[in-house]
Amino acid sequence: MTYIPISPNERDAMLKEVGVKSLDDLFDAVPKKHRFPELDLPRALTEMEAAALLGEMATTNENVHDHLVSFLGAGAYHHYIPSVVDHMLRRGEFYTAYTPYQPEISQGTLQAIFEYQSLMTHLTGMEVSNASHYDGATAAAEAVNLAYAQFRGKRRKIVLSPSLHPQYREVIRTYTQGLDLEKAGDGELADLEAGPEALTSLVDSNTMLVIIQYPDFFGRIYDYTKLIEDAHAKGSLVCIVANPTALVMLKTPAEMGADIVVGEAQPLGIPLWFGGPYLGFFTTKKSYVHKMAGRLIGETVDNRGQRSYVLTLTAREQHIKRERATSNICSNQGLLALASAVYMSTLGKTGLQQVANLCYQKAHYAASELSKIDGFGLCFTDPFFHEFALCCPRPASEVNEYLLEHGILGGYDLGQDYPSLANHLLVAVTEMNSKQEIDTLVEVLKEME
Amino acid sequence: MSTPSTSLTATIVEPTIFELSSPGRLGVTMPASDVPTVDLPPRDLLRSELPLPELAEVDVVRHYTRLSKFNYSVDDGFYPLGSCTMKYNPKINEDTCRLPGFLYTHPLQPIETVQGNLVLMFELQEWLKEISGFAGVTLQPAAGAHGEFTGVLMMAAYHKSRGDSKRTRMLIPDAAHGTNPASAGMLGMSVVTIPSDERGNVDLKALEAACDDTVVGMMLTNPNTLGMFDEHIEKVVKLVKDCGGLMYGDGANLNALLGIVRPGDLGFDVMHFNLHKTFSVPHGGGGPGSGPVGVSKRLLDFLPSPLVGIVEEADGDMAPLYGFITPEQSIGRMKAFHGHFGGGLVRAYTYIAMHGPDGLKDIAQYAVLNANYLQAKLRGTYTIPYDRICMHEFVAEGQFAGSDVRALDIAKRLMDYKFHPPTNYFPLIVHEALMIEPTETENKDTLDRFADALIKIAEEARTQPELLHTAPHTTPFGRMDEVKAARELVLCCWLPEGYDSEK
Amino acid sequence: MNVPSNLKFAKSDEWFDAASGAVGISDYAQNQLSDIVFVEILVEEGEEVAAGKIIASIESVKASSEIYAPASGKVSAVNKGVSDKPETLNSDPYGEGWMIKIEGGSAGDVMDAAEYEKFCEGRTH
Ligand SMILES: Cc1ncc(COP(=O)(O)O)c(C=O)c1O
Repeated sequence: MTYIPISPNERDAMLKEVGVKSLDDLFDAVPKKHRFPELDLPRALTEMEAAALLGEMATTNENVHDHLVSFLGAGAYHHYIPSVVDHMLRRGEFYTAYTPYQPEISQGTLQAIFEYQSLMTHLTGMEVSNASHYDGATAAAEAVNLAYAQFRGKRRKIVLSPSLHPQYREVIRTYTQGLDLEKAGDGELADLEAGPEALTSLVDSNTMLVIIQYPDFFGRIYDYTKLIEDAHAKGSLVCIVANPTALVMLKTPAEMGADIVVGEAQPLGIPLWFGGPYLGFFTTKKSYVHKMAGRLIGETVDNRGQRSYVLTLTAREQHIKRERATSNICSNQGLLALASAVYMSTLGKTGLQQVANLCYQKAHYAASELSKIDGFGLCFTDPFFHEFALCCPRPASEVNEYLLEHGILGGYDLGQDYPSLANHLLVAVTEMNSKQEIDTLVEVLKEME
Repeated sequence: MSTPSTSLTATIVEPTIFELSSPGRLGVTMPASDVPTVDLPPRDLLRSELPLPELAEVDVVRHYTRLSKFNYSVDDGFYPLGSCTMKYNPKINEDTCRLPGFLYTHPLQPIETVQGNLVLMFELQEWLKEISGFAGVTLQPAAGAHGEFTGVLMMAAYHKSRGDSKRTRMLIPDAAHGTNPASAGMLGMSVVTIPSDERGNVDLKALEAACDDTVVGMMLTNPNTLGMFDEHIEKVVKLVKDCGGLMYGDGANLNALLGIVRPGDLGFDVMHFNLHKTFSVPHGGGGPGSGPVGVSKRLLDFLPSPLVGIVEEADGDMAPLYGFITPEQSIGRMKAFHGHFGGGLVRAYTYIAMHGPDGLKDIAQYAVLNANYLQAKLRGTYTIPYDRICMHEFVAEGQFAGSDVRALDIAKRLMDYKFHPPTNYFPLIVHEALMIEPTETENKDTLDRFADALIKIAEEARTQPELLHTAPHTTPFGRMDEVKAARELVLCCWLPEGYDSEK
Repeated sequence: MNVPSNLKFAKSDEWFDAASGAVGISDYAQNQLSDIVFVEILVEEGEEVAAGKIIASIESVKASSEIYAPASGKVSAVNKGVSDKPETLNSDPYGEGWMIKIEGGSAGDVMDAAEYEKFCEGRTH
């Protein structure tokens, strides 16, 4: 089955116009000995067969909608997505368009992304947002690129909080392989109970950026104002990696003085989808806009006096700056930025506050009930949002195996990344978890062993 | 917060979501809490205001529906945007990628619970290897540029592992896409630009002169951005390899090569795929894409982690267990989790499964036929600077002797004929470039109408140039003031007076 | 095209006023770049620069360019005004649009006005 709308007669007429005899004759420039390989691939399926095959593969999975009760988060969260979001995404006018390089016939995408930028700036409190990055982790890595460009390589140290998502720290390390940077803060001996001020002593006159997470990987809420003040006193920039659902409730990173606020916007209307595509957001202060990577949409007027939108400050980007650009990003997450804009608009201020409050309340109920079980307890005492580290009487991997037998995805096994937390589960609770599910989790754990 | 600027005087065609907001309106609301209420965090950890819109669901639907109608898309009509492969996006892909089994799986679930996803990823890795002639594939990169960065990191890691530390120069042809030099730049490499010869091939003399023991490798797009298959590709590869360099292939133009030739067979060491070009993943108004990377044997150990592999072999009736594996000298992780699974990999898998080996070859053959047909029809009216059999695209000059009409004017005028314009001003080596890529999913009538429109526009350029300078005329919006946008820099909606006063 | 006869010009389109030490970009360059929207001066007062070293970075609506020192010497002044109002480089490239001053500067590889004018004419296509 193909999607080629050309009949044999038309093909022959076209070949004649081109002046060749057959389709194969179009490829004379290709080295003969490698031309027309036989590809060892399965035979073509019809649409009906493909639908059946994919349906079967999908049902082989156990999913958190039909089979499993999930308390797994760690950077990807199961939230309710209003029906309207996907209805808008399924409009061919949005999803089959390219990057809006021709603004006269792309105002739909341009205004929608401009609104996304606006929603993100109002949510984080920052002054500007770009049009998106691949995901939260790469957005954090791009924050390093911004800082590097800002100091023109004269400062070469970054301080990473040990309670920044382990995968984000890995991605930052991959991205900065060519920059020869000193990295501090997240060594094996890092004290996970020390508050954010513990990082202050690592910030020196060579430090270009401090990266912290809010709420942190363990769900804890800290006011980073003091740390940021101290980092600024040393001339360093500070980037906060934030969870957007938590921002609905909590003091904004802007109020704490952050220079860059990035994060994963998957919780804003994007399905779990086995990890992607998600949506990296990137917001900062206006003064850093020229050093920020990624596309930007700005307001203007057209020659008919109509308010309209265009890609702006494009001379920062790879197609003009080439090897001097701070980032090579081209395609971004446009359609998912639209998804999050529709999500935020539909839930609106009130709906979002309800979601944040439900996450908070249910997580606290779960934490309080779980910590009553013999042998279980909360690892940290700090305020938290919708995720917390639960200390278990056995290795977390064993607890998870036991829970899975009862149809429960227990949480993230923290021992994978933190050897000192081998008996700890990172438990996430959202509006999708009913009291009954939480009670079941508690009951099942009570019966363990 | 930004202040109103143009909004005060300009006509508002569609208000922003903030302007449509009215305090107290509700869209979707959430169920009441079913757990005992606890106190919120201390007041000084809470935000004081939340300036977000308040609308009913119908307001939201109408707003975004109206906005969508300002867009031109592949579903609307012909979209011959060179280098972007704007082919038709099959509707079945939209259904398969949203199957609940895919939509509702968490990336950190135990592998035993997501065998369906892992089999799909494993098979897609195998299929991409077979299609391209490579020994290994990672599905992790999020887009083409991300794949390039992945590839360049592996090239650097390869040389480093051999203690070959003086290799810092990357050879890149002058016709290359900006992401190529930008990717090398992200690793601090210096870029050496290699000119093209008069037939649109890599200039062999210049290449030979640039090749020495400081070369990391070469990043080559083949067919290149002129739509030309390099007539000396084997010599190019040999020159680079003989000096110890690695060959990078920018696979943005792979649509021309499916079933025609495998880059791995030609000697490329590494190449990114653009699933959102070649394998029909929709472009989404700018993304998300998906940019898997294939590598030859010598780079296998450097692939990003994790890859999908078999972690327990099949045993009797038991199917093998698929899981994640980490290559020995991996460059590390390129993004969180495993790549653009739902939006990218499932759609591409569906597409390849439905084409099979012969269908894939048809794609390339008809993409190339369509481009050559258009080129033949436009030859004579437009200057074709590199005029030979092209691959899936070709470049014409959007200018005429004695006329002040430019490629931009032609592009804008095409909108009045209800076509999306070709790519302008790229590649940089053609003056006033119009880069035309019809793809295989267009019929002859469409191509004829498009050629007629371009020929008519050439005539208009002679007789009524003003009509072109002021185009488009029939679109909902006219040309934008880009200088104003850049100078005034309004990047977010201003909030109406007293927007959040009731807190 | 405006090419003041008292100035020296580099191939990369910077001008240098030996009398005042001022450095800027030529009228030809501002015209090629079109509307300039961002100027970042990368050197500070008191810094020693060598001819050919990058001293600033410029972005217009459609292009970006690095600016190189046309002379060696010590930076004695930096014009903050052009960073605040980048369009000055378009409107007054030889006046208000000066970028830095190089004290005791010895010119690098530069041309006189007549040579530069010829050089530019050769480039227009
Ligand atoms: C030739 C070429 N290389 C690389 C890219 C970058 O791909 P992406 O936009 O997916 O990052 C593109 C697409 O824009 C391209 O046309």
